[in-house]
Amino acid sequence: MKLSRLMTSVAIATGLFANAAAADDMRIALVVKALGIGFFEAAAKGAEEAAEELGDVEIIYTGPTDTTAEGQIEVINSLIAQRVDAIAISANDTDALVPTLKKAMQRGITVISWDSGVAEDGRMAHLNPSSNELIGNMIIKLAADELPDGGEVAVLSATTTSTNQNIWIEEMTKVLPDYPGIEVVGTVYGDDLADKSYREATGLMQSYPELDAIIAPTSVGIVAAAQAVVDAGKVGEVNVTGLGLPSEMAGAIESGASKSFAIWNPIDLGYSATMMAHFLAANADAEVGEGTVIPIGRMGEVTLDETGAAAMADPFVYDESNIDDFKDIF
Amino acid sequence: MSMTESTGTGRRIPDQLATPAQKALKSWESLLLLVAIGIFVLNSFASPYFLDAWNLSDATFNFTEKAMIAFAMALLIIAGEIDLSVASIIALASTAMGVVMQAGAGTPVIVLVGLLTGLACGGFNGFLVTRLGLPSIVATIGTMSLFRGISYIVLGDGAFRGYPDSFAFFGQGYAFWVISVELVIFALLAVIYAIVLHRTNFGRAVYAVGNNATGALFSGIRVGRVKFILFLLTGLMSGLAAVCLTSRLGSTRPSIASGMELEVVTMVVLGGVNILGGSGSIPGVVIAAFVMGLVTFGLGLLNVPGIVMSIFIGMLLIGVVALPRLWKLMRR
Repeated sequence: MKLSRLMTSVAIATGLFANAAAADDMRIALVVKALGIGFFEAAAKGAEEAAEELGDVEIIYTGPTDTTAEGQIEVINSLIAQRVDAIAISANDTDALVPTLKKAMQRGITVISWDSGVAEDGRMAHLNPSSNELIGNMIIKLAADELPDGGEVAVLSATTTSTNQNIWIEEMTKVLPDYPGIEVVGTVYGDDLADKSYREATGLMQSYPELDAIIAPTSVGIVAAAQAVVDAGKVGEVNVTGLGLPSEMAGAIESGASKSFAIWNPIDLGYSATMMAHFLAANADAEVGEGTVIPIGRMGEVTLDETGAAAMADPFVYDESNIDDFKDIF
Repeated sequence: MSMTESTGTGRRIPDQLATPAQKALKSWESLLLLVAIGIFVLNSFASPYFLDAWNLSDATFNFTEKAMIAFAMALLIIAGEIDLSVASIIALASTAMGVVMQAGAGTPVIVLVGLLTGLACGGFNGFLVTRLGLPSIVATIGTMSLFRGISYIVLGDGAFRGYPDSFAFFGQGYAFWVISVELVIFALLAVIYAIVLHRTNFGRAVYAVGNNATGALFSGIRVGRVKFILFLLTGLMSGLAAVCLTSRLGSTRPSIASGMELEVVTMVVLGGVNILGGSGSIPGVVIAAFVMGLVTFGLGLLNVPGIVMSIFIGMLLIGVVALPRLWKLMRR
């Protein structure tokens, strides 16, 4: 693992030396939390795809060795020195990068954040992989799609105080009337602990013998619930879905305990962040703020909200057709 | 060494000692200076952006904070001790500054609290080593977890933000033109530490303690006190680095400065300080600071990934340390 990471780095390094003398291309730096993480390597692939589509763009894929704010500041300083046209960053720290990114903007560099955002002062726009509304809708849709005649579903969440999960479940409840016949029979909390989530999922199946699906909008819960379904011999009866990581869910898809689940697609995210950075750098004079519409290529377009943030798209659905392509990525 | 060897016919006895100029030429510092100049020239050719006053000014931030600690650490290592808790002291000092900032304190109080926290941490380390007699490497690995642990308890996954605007002076301010406040502090400290180590009795005592603590003790040097003062100094410098770094980041998180202790030690060793104690110089550390700053910045300009940069620094360290030894071996 370490060695292959090293080899990639060396390969990237030599690659960069080779084409360092690019002409008047627009140079967009994709700065990630740390190099050598599958999720970000995939995002870099998406950025290259966008660069190819745009034609006159050179991607500088870079980041520190460890996920530290100080490391990212050194990287940003060297990007400022190179006078890149745009920086698209997934930040290790919401606040610590602000002074440095402000300096970058003062020197005429377009700065956006994506995935993990920077405070409003430190960037011109932020790209979220999805929005709470879209996620809330997606998790119930995934369960409902497998239940054309309706049925009973239960939610296995993280903790009672998990902000994200609570918002997503709230959004899910709002759109529930759109899925007639689907009844949410209960919500339990596995505290994002594998063993507790497993017990709660087992308990759900005992309490509701007619249960058709478990929705777990947490990457820990969804894996535990899938295992509980397999151990209870209920594969095919109870479908586990929600938000999970392809690498951890590959087994559950294979066993059939989970038909499908969702999470953001890092390739799309890197692609869209690059498109967004390119658009803002190319229209540097334009006013950027609430309501600004930004085209992001094949992903359509996004509109900035009052905090200058935008949501890319629905979470990406993973099932047996594509799980093998993504399970090694993240 | 036997008598016959020193009076043997094959041995040439120099008719005069090496002049100061000859000595300087053969010294570690001049070798390092050569490396620094080489890196500077290579960088200027490799990237068109390197020779730019503002860019070089930005580059100094890569090492100024680490170098502040490295000066005190150099003295400590020369005296035969080490402090691995310096990065954690930064975390704790920064957290303490955040606490008083939230309580409404102004810039002078925030800075004072940062420095005093550093001093207190250094005092605690000194107490463990000189009073309880713990080996410094063990004691400071312990306090490394302890100090940062307290920060994590206070902050959890949160952050302190909203430092007053005037506080930005230390980490983001410029004294004049492209010379940053941090660079001025660095230069002043370099002069002060060079005088203390090379021109005072205390400096001689530091070398004596590092070369032979027992001998030093019987020569009337209060070994425990010298070491305690050095731990205090290292703590104080960590507090100062915490002020600069917090000011530069404009916020505090418990993960601040993580891993910095090893970079500080690397800088000291690269500067020619014997890790076993007894020898070393401040000019060497100053040049080492520039070497490390120039290397990371130069490679950064070429977008070389951080992992390759670490490999390069590692090889540089081994190379520079091994070269004089190889030289000696070859001359035998």
